[in-house]
Amino acid sequence: MTSARGGDAPAAGARAVPAGRSSTRTLQRLLRQPAFVVGAVITCVFVVLAVAAPLLAPHDPGAPLLLDQVRAQANPVPGPQDGFPLGADPAGRDLLSRLLVGARQTLIVGVLATLGGLLGGAALGLLAGVFAGKTDTLVMRVVDVMLAIPSLLMAFSIAALFARPNEWTLIVAIAIVQIPVFARLMRGSMLVQRGTDHVLAARALGVRPSAVVFRHMVPNAMGPVIVQGTLSLAVSILDAAALSFLGLGNPDDASPEWGQMLGGAQQYFNSYPHLAIYPALCIIVVALGFTLAGESLRETLDPRTRR
Amino acid sequence: MTNPGTHTAPSPGGGKLLSVEDLSVTFTRPGAEPFTAVDRVSFDVAPGEVVGLVGESGCGKSVTSLAVMGLLPRRGTQVRGRAVFDGTDLLTLSDGALRDRRGADLAMIFQDPLSSLNPVVPLGTQVAEVIRRHRRTGRAQALRRAQEMLERVGIPDPGRRMREYPHQVSGGMRQRVLIATALACEPRLLIADEPTTALDVTIQAQILALLKELVVGSGTSLIMITHDLGVVAGLCDSVNVLYGGRIVERADRYDLFDGPRHPYTGGLLASVPRLDGGQRRLHSIPGSVADNIPWSQGCAFAPRCAAATGLCRRESPVWSGEAGHRLRCHHPLPAATAAPTTGPKEQAP
Repeated sequence: MTSARGGDAPAAGARAVPAGRSSTRTLQRLLRQPAFVVGAVITCVFVVLAVAAPLLAPHDPGAPLLLDQVRAQANPVPGPQDGFPLGADPAGRDLLSRLLVGARQTLIVGVLATLGGLLGGAALGLLAGVFAGKTDTLVMRVVDVMLAIPSLLMAFSIAALFARPNEWTLIVAIAIVQIPVFARLMRGSMLVQRGTDHVLAARALGVRPSAVVFRHMVPNAMGPVIVQGTLSLAVSILDAAALSFLGLGNPDDASPEWGQMLGGAQQYFNSYPHLAIYPALCIIVVALGFTLAGESLRETLDPRTRR
Repeated sequence: MTNPGTHTAPSPGGGKLLSVEDLSVTFTRPGAEPFTAVDRVSFDVAPGEVVGLVGESGCGKSVTSLAVMGLLPRRGTQVRGRAVFDGTDLLTLSDGALRDRRGADLAMIFQDPLSSLNPVVPLGTQVAEVIRRHRRTGRAQALRRAQEMLERVGIPDPGRRMREYPHQVSGGMRQRVLIATALACEPRLLIADEPTTALDVTIQAQILALLKELVVGSGTSLIMITHDLGVVAGLCDSVNVLYGGRIVERADRYDLFDGPRHPYTGGLLASVPRLDGGQRRLHSIPGSVADNIPWSQGCAFAPRCAAATGLCRRESPVWSGEAGHRLRCHHPLPAATAAPTTGPKEQAP
């Protein structure tokens, strides 16, 4: 986050001239990486499509407009035609509209679940990092137990606890699964901050402990946690799709979701693979976009990989 | 034991602002021998006095200052003794009471000016933070005072620098900001822990001159922790030489530079390069601090000392010497100037 930190003073005079804000230089370094550019473009396109989905979707994703063409034996899935470029699903609803509106659902679930995991994990990590000793041990053992269970399995279990699954139970389940990663990262970050000179200097000036934590430690500790957040978005999206695929998401298929569409396409996969391929492709591309962007962000901001 | 010849303004506590008595710091770790980093260190600081704590790395000089400030981690650390500041023993104060004094009555600046500043907070806000903490002032007023302080420490265009971040300014300027922060609430004692070590030589001279002007000029007391004898020569009234966690020699700076009595001090002075020629090859003290033996078993410096005898390895030396020049050595160098150097090296500003 800061510019290269010189050791001794020969550079003192030279560094006096600020070479632009460090954030602009970080951005320049990022834009030189093809992986970041590809990831960022995918992410941006996806976000724009998701946000503007109700405007862009040619039809109501829940309306069975082509139901009259559906024949159980002869033609269960209406093909592409005028106004329906990707055709319809077995219920006669426009596939393109469903994919677009599904993007919105995916974004909401991904962002909220990651945000929940980040906040929960950061709070736990903060507790562990600030109150060392017993609190630290307790929190980190709980986190270890959570990590011992495979994440998807735990997400299933949590989602299955709710009597009536909907997108909120999905978000809660995925958020809880994300907590351990953030908690560990935040704890480590806070422990590093505890030993830094500027925290010691703040304490030497009589700054109150709460101010030391929230003004001097947390802002400096959040960097890696936020970068992890961009990476976790991809995981959240994949997990959400997996849970919906297995029927643990929103059961109301009038509001589509990619994983749920994928699940519904199973029985038609042999004759009409496009029903599964479109949502699957969307999931893969979006997850790839977030991963590429997050990974290059992490590498660029990591002082160890900086040249 | 403040030395004569320094200003002795009256104050509660008999002319002492800070009186460190038998301060010991022991680090304990499960499964390891307890390590005594500071061993019964005593020294006084009079109002307006500049006291030097000198020694090589690992001799306990920084730990001493951190103990006085109450900044050592609670766990695994045993601090014994007293540090009486203005009539109160700092070591017995509650955390909250000590916090109220830190930054207001006594302040500290550290070695590395970049890492001692919060990288994500503008400089002006950092100076203002300590003002708002100790003086009940509003934000705008604190920022005004911060700008005033930045101006006093010689930062050009303080209004603009206020809004800049630590990485945007030079090393010397960062140290100036730290000095401004430390002095913002007009403390009566400043502890400077190697404030010039991370700086370029020319900047060092500027920072020392600034400290001299702001601290010494305003009657603030200063504890100067350093391994640089040039800094000591230019700034300190009295000097404590530490070795292996104990003070081995204490004297007025002129006495010390004219006639070091402890072989360690003599070796330190001989290893300073001199501009007036003389020796071509610098003197060095053989071995390292890690080679020492515990004080309980003899003189910690004995393994590295040319004058060491069997007595030194058996018996820990006690204080000797006259009132103004005390030392802890069985075989002191002769009081006359037979030491490897002959005079103070006045190269500091």
